[in-house]
Amino acid sequence: MKIGLFIPCYVDQFYPKVGIATYELLQKLGCEVHFPMGQTCCGQPMANSGYQYLTKGCDANFIANFAGFDYIVCPSGSCVLHVKEHLHDEKQEEVAAEMRKKVFELTEFITDILKVDTIEGNFPYRVGMHVSCHGQRGLKLSQMTELNAPFFSKPEQLLHNIKGLDLVSLSRKDECCGFGGTFCVTEEAVSVKMGQDRIKDHENHHVDYITGGDMSCLMHLEGILKRQKSPIKTIHIAEILNSLEN
Amino acid sequence: MSSEKVIPHSEAATRFNKDVERVNWHDETLWFVREKRDKSAHQIPDWELLRETASQIKNNVLSNIHDYLIEFEANAQKNGIIVHWAADAKEHNEIVHSIMAKHDVKQMVKSKSMLTEECHLNDYLAEKGIEVIDSDLGEYIVQLRKEPPSHIVLPAIHLKKEDVSETFHEHLGTQKGNIDPQYLTESARLSLRNTFLTRKVALTGVNFAIAETGEIVVCTNEGNADMGAHLADVHIACMGFEKLIPQRKHLGIFLRLLARSATGQPITTFSSHFKKPRDGKEIHIVIVDNGRSTQLGREDFRNSLKCIRCGACMNTCPVYRRSGGHSYHNAVAGPIGSILAPNLDMSKNADLPFASTLCGSCTNVCPVKIDIHDQLYKWRQVLVKEGHTPKAKTVAMKTMATVLANPTIFNIAGKSGRFVMKNIPGLVNNKMNKWYDQREMPEVPEESFREWYKKNSREAKAKDNE
Repeated sequence: MKIGLFIPCYVDQFYPKVGIATYELLQKLGCEVHFPMGQTCCGQPMANSGYQYLTKGCDANFIANFAGFDYIVCPSGSCVLHVKEHLHDEKQEEVAAEMRKKVFELTEFITDILKVDTIEGNFPYRVGMHVSCHGQRGLKLSQMTELNAPFFSKPEQLLHNIKGLDLVSLSRKDECCGFGGTFCVTEEAVSVKMGQDRIKDHENHHVDYITGGDMSCLMHLEGILKRQKSPIKTIHIAEILNSLEN
Repeated sequence: MSSEKVIPHSEAATRFNKDVERVNWHDETLWFVREKRDKSAHQIPDWELLRETASQIKNNVLSNIHDYLIEFEANAQKNGIIVHWAADAKEHNEIVHSIMAKHDVKQMVKSKSMLTEECHLNDYLAEKGIEVIDSDLGEYIVQLRKEPPSHIVLPAIHLKKEDVSETFHEHLGTQKGNIDPQYLTESARLSLRNTFLTRKVALTGVNFAIAETGEIVVCTNEGNADMGAHLADVHIACMGFEKLIPQRKHLGIFLRLLARSATGQPITTFSSHFKKPRDGKEIHIVIVDNGRSTQLGREDFRNSLKCIRCGACMNTCPVYRRSGGHSYHNAVAGPIGSILAPNLDMSKNADLPFASTLCGSCTNVCPVKIDIHDQLYKWRQVLVKEGHTPKAKTVAMKTMATVLANPTIFNIAGKSGRFVMKNIPGLVNNKMNKWYDQREMPEVPEESFREWYKKNSREAKAKDNE
């Protein structure tokens, strides 16, 4: 199984550790993983700001880099959702359509394609899970509180066998953190307030770490935590899932 | 359309956020309502089926609106109701005024109607020398304060009981500083009772209009619509044309969804049917378009006309909860307002579809399954294409698109960006940077992932070992 590793632009530049964890984890799970060097960004920042018409270059570059893989796997629900919903190319629409079906968020890929139920690891901390909106409501990685439907969570399921990990239940399970792409600067006041409130919920449950499947949400929360000089740290779920010593 | 200056959402929200305690209170109060909604919705095993059914009924209505309107009009007329048609807000206001003038009445009691807010009826009638008193308690409070409602179901939700006490002290002469809700409600009740008893004309909104029977249904918790309509000689009911449902048997679906979605109640305290006027009395129904045909014609946005005005999307919206209804500068605030408002005036409301993180919660609480967050995304595309975005943003986006479409430029930009952040942090960590105001920038790593990968990937290591 040949996997194209899709590392979001900001993860590549600022959170290489998340990329490394994803790469190593997929290898541990027996995948042949390649990182196409020409990849940049999925185009979501422009598209969500209303400039989807400017993303043709990004789309073409994405297709050029990821054509030919069995699956495309990415440690970010938000970027995956964007590709799934908006990757198009007039010149090769069939290829684009195929790729929209082949792109997966990391935890979803592990549970649904690799059919791995749990992962062993070691992370002896109290952890709060920040469920990202695009992962949950967009990709349906877990059940949302709005619907009258049974609970499930692909990311949480994978954390069950991590030794020592104490996953807390938050008061507002799936409240948005307020990152929202360019929203975090264009609506700075509300964005920060939402982030502060999200953190407060984790604080009230005395967590050591906030984890999640989207580094963008975590980057926003980390920025606020550091400004508040909080001892709470953020960690991407790939890093926890990759915590088993070789 | 008008392009009067409005305070953009982000600016108004920034002001609202200056008072942290008030924001917390606003957020918590509405979250409480959202949780009540969850509890009551989750008690109905068929909740999702109810939503789907309501959505399909509304789809049918929108696809056959012409026929249903004609059917409704004919049946209402058969019942002795006088039906009026208004193309826009101006015509709506003129019709209402003409009915008042015909009866030579200068006073009106009104039950909450967001349509009349949309049409700015109160201001129009005030100019004509007509006194309007809003009889819903929340509406009454904001009316005394000369403010618009900030929520379609909970119009005074932005106010605390201290604010209400102050307002009533000023306007109704209640004791200064008495914040006892019982006392305050009682005072409003006494004042409103006199209004109900003396008004000859009562105006109400319409929650559902049934084509099959020509009747209308009005839902309230305070019974104020009934008090007004039953005591007056003339009942004027104003409705947007999307309020139609085909048959009476469909009503139960909507009544079950409406109150649960709005406040978590199983049903509104009063769901009153008005079918024909009593002897010597008149019922008028004003059916209003005011941009609705245009929205119906916009394929991507027609679904927004399914809205039954429950307000669930506002209660769940994390942005609405932290920015307050007035920051949306539109009769209908929150996520649904943000997709309805640009239809009315794109330039005035171009900011609203951006006042969202696209978290999608609105779409999933919506009892009639409006794809609200997808429409917000689509409005953004339309607004940019129509030129309603700041020039600086367009320039920034174009630059970004160029950088991100080209791996070589991206790598150079990434490297130099990280270099600047590490070595000249002042260039980034300053007042120009909205991120940095209340958040630290991410720490700069020694190398990017791709730099690490070049050295450490299996392929690279295999190559080294050759």
